[in-house]
Amino acid sequence: MSLLCHMAGDSGILRWEGAEMKLPTLLRKARGFPKGFEEDWGLMVNVRPVVVLTVVLGIAGCSVPGPEGAPGGIHDPYETQNRKVHDFNKKVDKTFFSGDGPGYAETVPPFVQDRVSSFADTVSLPQTVVNQLLQGRLLRATSNTMRFTLNATIGVGGLFDVANKWGLKPDETDFGETLAVWGVPEGAYLEVPLLGPSTERDAAGDVVDLFTDPLKYVVPTPDRYIGTVAKAIDKFGERSQFSGTVDSVLYDSADSYTQLRLIYLQQRRYELGEEAPGADFDPFAVDTEGF
Amino acid sequence: MTHLNRRHFIAAGAALAAMPAMPALALTGQQAANLVHNLVNEINTVIASGKSEASMYREFERLFKKYGDTPLIAANVLGVAGRSASNAQRKAFTEAFTGYIARKYGKRFREFQGGRIEVQSVHAISRGYEVRCVAHMSGSKTLETAFRVSDSNRFYNLFVEGADMLLSEKEEIGAMLDARRGNIDQLIADLRRAG
Repeated sequence: MSLLCHMAGDSGILRWEGAEMKLPTLLRKARGFPKGFEEDWGLMVNVRPVVVLTVVLGIAGCSVPGPEGAPGGIHDPYETQNRKVHDFNKKVDKTFFSGDGPGYAETVPPFVQDRVSSFADTVSLPQTVVNQLLQGRLLRATSNTMRFTLNATIGVGGLFDVANKWGLKPDETDFGETLAVWGVPEGAYLEVPLLGPSTERDAAGDVVDLFTDPLKYVVPTPDRYIGTVAKAIDKFGERSQFSGTVDSVLYDSADSYTQLRLIYLQQRRYELGEEAPGADFDPFAVDTEGF
Repeated sequence: MTHLNRRHFIAAGAALAAMPAMPALALTGQQAANLVHNLVNEINTVIASGKSEASMYREFERLFKKYGDTPLIAANVLGVAGRSASNAQRKAFTEAFTGYIARKYGKRFREFQGGRIEVQSVHAISRGYEVRCVAHMSGSKTLETAFRVSDSNRFYNLFVEGADMLLSEKEEIGAMLDARRGNIDQLIADLRRAG
């Protein structure tokens, strides 16, 4: 929290341990941008994070469970509201993904699906690197910089994940993880309209990530949407590839809300290296007599 | 095809040997890895057999009984409600639950068609071993999975990217029981058809 407050500091200017942002000047020179670019970038760097961080501080004043802790490691004070959003999300999902016709996974050739996935991953890498730098994970940031360089060049503009074949595995992150690294608590469980399961911390991270993608600032307007579209198609493809599993959780569960909540929190905490809900559950404590 | 990565396994073995106070385990890490290896191979054989759906589910049920610690799993998912159940109810529940899991997960296996599971490493845990694997899906996607194997040399839990299947089923069965006002017999009858 202290770091966040420090960043949002009184001066209203983003400073990182006193370091000045040299990147815009370098970029302008390297890419031959006109002089005004530097000022635009500077403005963005100075103003946007402050606005965003104010939002984050508002949201990430994350609600924490009481002294006795959350039951089963799940903190869900907004359950009533969340359940309404859950029902809404299920209706939306049904509209887009139900029906017996062949889905994306069946109609689009696997080769094309893989190209979309690789491209979506490659264009997300600069943002990943930004977040890993903010997390102080220099090795992983370096590895992802190499992934980006290799895939964007030898990998034909990101269409082929050549880096993976050479041992540089995909490694994703987001500002929600950055907040976790900075010690912001997870907060309450949230189900967000259209986006699905989240937490207060992750939702705040999603808002900040609208501004942390460097490509957005260097790629001109129509072109930069190609990446967004590719990411959307890739998500769509994953929903289709795992349609049976997702359908099973959403439509065949006795209580799809609690199933989704448990699976999301477990997988997210696994990703972040945090203690899973139900980690104190001992399967050997039960009496198996007669079963 | 599964491969036990020898380097990882030796590392795990060396770590074990370095702990002189460890109580003797009936099971070795190699046996736990073999169990997972054989289970995966048998599942792949069933999927490749091209049999009808119904007979595949019967095969999966047989494999679940052979490789899984079904009494331990069933007792856990029924949880507190199991304490007041009669022995006949407990037995009937295990039977119905086993079929339900075979059908539910059997459907999922289709999504893994064309994929393969590779054993990565074996780790000693409090009661047995955790066998960590990577599931290579079609395309370049991978899923980290882990089987927990008890000293009875049967698996009792499966994790998919950190999601605990035993806990997930415990919550699901709990919700089904709530919806039936705690009526175990009704739950058993419905489980025979569910999945």
